[in-house]
Amino acid sequence: MNALPYAIYVSFIGALLALIGGARSPATARVIALVTACVAWGISLVAAVQFVPAAGLQTLIDLPWVPEIGIHYYLAADGISLTLILLTGLAAVAGILFSWNIEERTGEFFALFLALIGGVYGVFLSADAFTLFVFYEIAIVPKYFLIAKWGSGNREYAAMKLVLYSFAGSALVLAGLLWAYAAGGAHSFALGDLAAAAAQFSRGEQIGMFGLVFLGFAILAGLFPFHTWAPTGHVAAPTAASMLLAGVVMKLGAYGCLRVAMPLFAAGFQFWQPTIAWLAIIGILYAGLVALVQDDFKFVIGYSSVSHMGFVLLGLAAANVQAVSGAVLQMFSHGVVAGLLFAVVGRMVYERTRTRKLVELQRLPLHRHLPFAAAVFVIAGLASMGMPGFSGFPAELTILIGAWQTSPKWALFAALGILVAAAFTLRAIQLAFFGSTGATIEGRASTGGLDPVRTDSAPAPYRPISLPEKAGALLLVGATVLIGLKPDLLLNLINPALQSSLFQHVLKGGAP
Amino acid sequence: MNVDYSELFRALRPETSLLIGALLMLGLDLTVFRQRSSADRMRLAAFIGALATVTAMIHVWSFGARGATFGQVFMFDAVAVVARLGLLALLLLTLCLVTAARCPRHPVEYLAILLFATMGFLLMAVAQQLLLAFLALELASLSLYVLAGYDKKRAASAEAALKYFLFGGMAAAFLLFGFSLIYGLTGSIELPHIASSLAAQAQSPLLSVALVMVLIAFGFKSAAAPFHLWAPDVYEGAPTLSAALVASASKLAGFTLFYRLLWSGLGGAAGSVSSGVGSPGWLPAAAVVSLLSLLLGNIGALAQGNVRRLFAYSAIAHAGALLLGVMAAGRSGPAPLLYYATTYAFATVGVFGVIAMIERTGPCDKVTDLAGLYRRSPVLAGCLAVFVLSLAGIPPLAGFFGKFVVFAAALKLGGVAGPAGWLTFLAIALSAVALYYYLLVLKQALVTEPAADRSARIATPAVAVFALLGAAAVLVVLGIWPSLLLGRI
Repeated sequence: MNALPYAIYVSFIGALLALIGGARSPATARVIALVTACVAWGISLVAAVQFVPAAGLQTLIDLPWVPEIGIHYYLAADGISLTLILLTGLAAVAGILFSWNIEERTGEFFALFLALIGGVYGVFLSADAFTLFVFYEIAIVPKYFLIAKWGSGNREYAAMKLVLYSFAGSALVLAGLLWAYAAGGAHSFALGDLAAAAAQFSRGEQIGMFGLVFLGFAILAGLFPFHTWAPTGHVAAPTAASMLLAGVVMKLGAYGCLRVAMPLFAAGFQFWQPTIAWLAIIGILYAGLVALVQDDFKFVIGYSSVSHMGFVLLGLAAANVQAVSGAVLQMFSHGVVAGLLFAVVGRMVYERTRTRKLVELQRLPLHRHLPFAAAVFVIAGLASMGMPGFSGFPAELTILIGAWQTSPKWALFAALGILVAAAFTLRAIQLAFFGSTGATIEGRASTGGLDPVRTDSAPAPYRPISLPEKAGALLLVGATVLIGLKPDLLLNLINPALQSSLFQHVLKGGAP
Repeated sequence: MNVDYSELFRALRPETSLLIGALLMLGLDLTVFRQRSSADRMRLAAFIGALATVTAMIHVWSFGARGATFGQVFMFDAVAVVARLGLLALLLLTLCLVTAARCPRHPVEYLAILLFATMGFLLMAVAQQLLLAFLALELASLSLYVLAGYDKKRAASAEAALKYFLFGGMAAAFLLFGFSLIYGLTGSIELPHIASSLAAQAQSPLLSVALVMVLIAFGFKSAAAPFHLWAPDVYEGAPTLSAALVASASKLAGFTLFYRLLWSGLGGAAGSVSSGVGSPGWLPAAAVVSLLSLLLGNIGALAQGNVRRLFAYSAIAHAGALLLGVMAAGRSGPAPLLYYATTYAFATVGVFGVIAMIERTGPCDKVTDLAGLYRRSPVLAGCLAVFVLSLAGIPPLAGFFGKFVVFAAALKLGGVAGPAGWLTFLAIALSAVALYYYLLVLKQALVTEPAADRSARIATPAVAVFALLGAAAVLVVLGIWPSLLLGRI
């Protein structure tokens, strides 16, 4: 448990080593990166096993950092952070496995990747607003270079857009936190101290501060209408970065909302609650409908991420223990499933076929040539639709039940989103993998009379799925099935954390 | 006044070291080394200069913070110690970089003038008397004019020097006029007496005129809008390392001087910016200057294709943030201001140092001239990334923490609802704009492939690599452990 901070340090040291090792050979950098990510994940797994669930944050390390203005280097963990730490480790390992084929500036790629991971670990472990903010910003800049250098398509535009959105969000967070610090005369940035100071604020101040901090974080969580960075960024990013961006980095935003904005400014939250819920529902439906008409395979997944993150935000907005525990579970579930989807689209399919256009993929009977990719995508698709047996099911169900308790209307509209998700996922599966043999009208029309039998019988023109890809995919599939069958593994971590006194003013059904 | 010349001598040993160093290098150069190649002469002179600088640093450290010295003429407080050590470290960096950059004509005189300028800076950091403040400022400024025009065969350099000189001379005239009015109002040129005398009299129109004059000079010195017009041309035209000195050490010394002048001397006339338009004084005026600088600097930088002009506009924006630090210093102390100014100066010297190294192989004017730096010299590219990201305020680099403390202090200044609060929020929002142009620079250096005709590796002399790595290390270390600096002020 107390070794958890080393997950951060190991990642940063691994980043440096990968940079140095990459100058020798790409293989060295790959091995260093994989070992680093495995060690960090191992640390979090051991911590999760040893963890004794309890209400409230359990201090890991608390040192005075800048005593002149009361800043502490304060790391702590509870079930929520632990869940997300586990996800980060998993996504990091899988991401590195799926980046095994990066040949250009390999050392720098993995260095940036691990620096991003280190920042993410730091955010999830911080119990001091300043510490959290520092790690949050450390995680911003690597994203730019990962996308701008190793990305595809309109990558420089997408990278800049994504980074400016993130940074603008963090500027809002900074403004809100400094406001709370300056106005309250708080002598520290520890979340507990800030919450105590914030309790004294007038309702107007609370509304303003919550608005700034929540919006700042929610931009990164893909809140409608500030989500537009996400699809462009995810699509342009290299596979590992897409997996991490959609899988983990968006969770940073949702985590910030839950950990910082909501407990600190409970009165402000109550004012904004309906707005957030409706924006989340619009996000679910709008992004889902947009995903339904995309002709770029990766954009389908990009918009589906926004739609699924809408469920997370709705769970947070519903503000009862059930909905929020569902939201945290959904963060984990979506992290795994989005990683899997991006891995199939970006790495297994795109790097072999060099096209992401559904119309073109339709002509390739990919389920014959890449049966493994097709199988993985079908599983990921089922998980993404929220089929029982996969992690998406308990997560979305819990969120909907929780939302119903707060407002049945929210649950009804959000449930429509599940239908939309089923529609766009099935369409993508159909067009991308089962196109030419499928009997859709679209399919026949676009093959333009091409004889399907001939293409079918041609030898597989693609390199077979490599071992690292299979390992990464099995890892993620295993995680989504495991949590789908036994969600209690995580819920038993999450639920006690929601009984913490930090959440008592903001969550219904929490501690009295 | 209790005159003790031995104390004066002890207090000014750092300046004396620099003076002896400068005279020694000039003397030796004119006699013993006359026949050597100019590169040899420069290296020897730089070595003497570095020795003098290190000696001066030891003297600053051993003299320590003793408070007012030699009557009320000097103030050796913690601010002075930190600022003087920072200034000398910046001089040391510049000396290392000069030996590695393209050799100027008359290299030894160039180095000697660098030392004279730094003498002026050192005195600016301790001056607590109007006369000394003005003399120190002029010593520094006159040296900088010469440095800016040193490449006299290039029209741009001559233009830069002339513009700098004309603007600077005008600003000096304003400052002197303001000083004379203050003297007329208070009958003293010593800041503590001025403060007590001002406290005893009512706000007068004459004082307002004096304050405006002082602020104009301050605005010029710190390249704040609307007194910034010289900055882009000087940054662009002056020899690279002269521009480095103008952008870094000169800023640090200027902000230290004006912090002292405005708070120790004119603190009673500060007025307030807490609510509405505030009450009259120099604080509201400084707030306006800060606002203009933040807007003009950040928006102006977006349009720049020339890398030095870009950093000139970014300097204007930083001047706006530093002015916030000056305004907040009355309530929260000078620590945030000094931390920001010092770390900013190191990052700026670093940026100009990298540009100077690139210039060894060809011009480095446009942002696109940086293309492919990661391939041409990984060390320079890495250092540039540290410097630029520090300027952009990305943790864990020192620039981030500088912004954080300055903004935190500024928000406490007059409450969130007042003009200072809005100004701070604007500054925070504009930092996202700033990231855009900083990333454009880094994109060229780290992502874009080098142009076909400019893909040769850049050989960087070891001394410059050490200097740049040293500056980068300062930014990383101070960023992770800000208390190393904050705790000393």
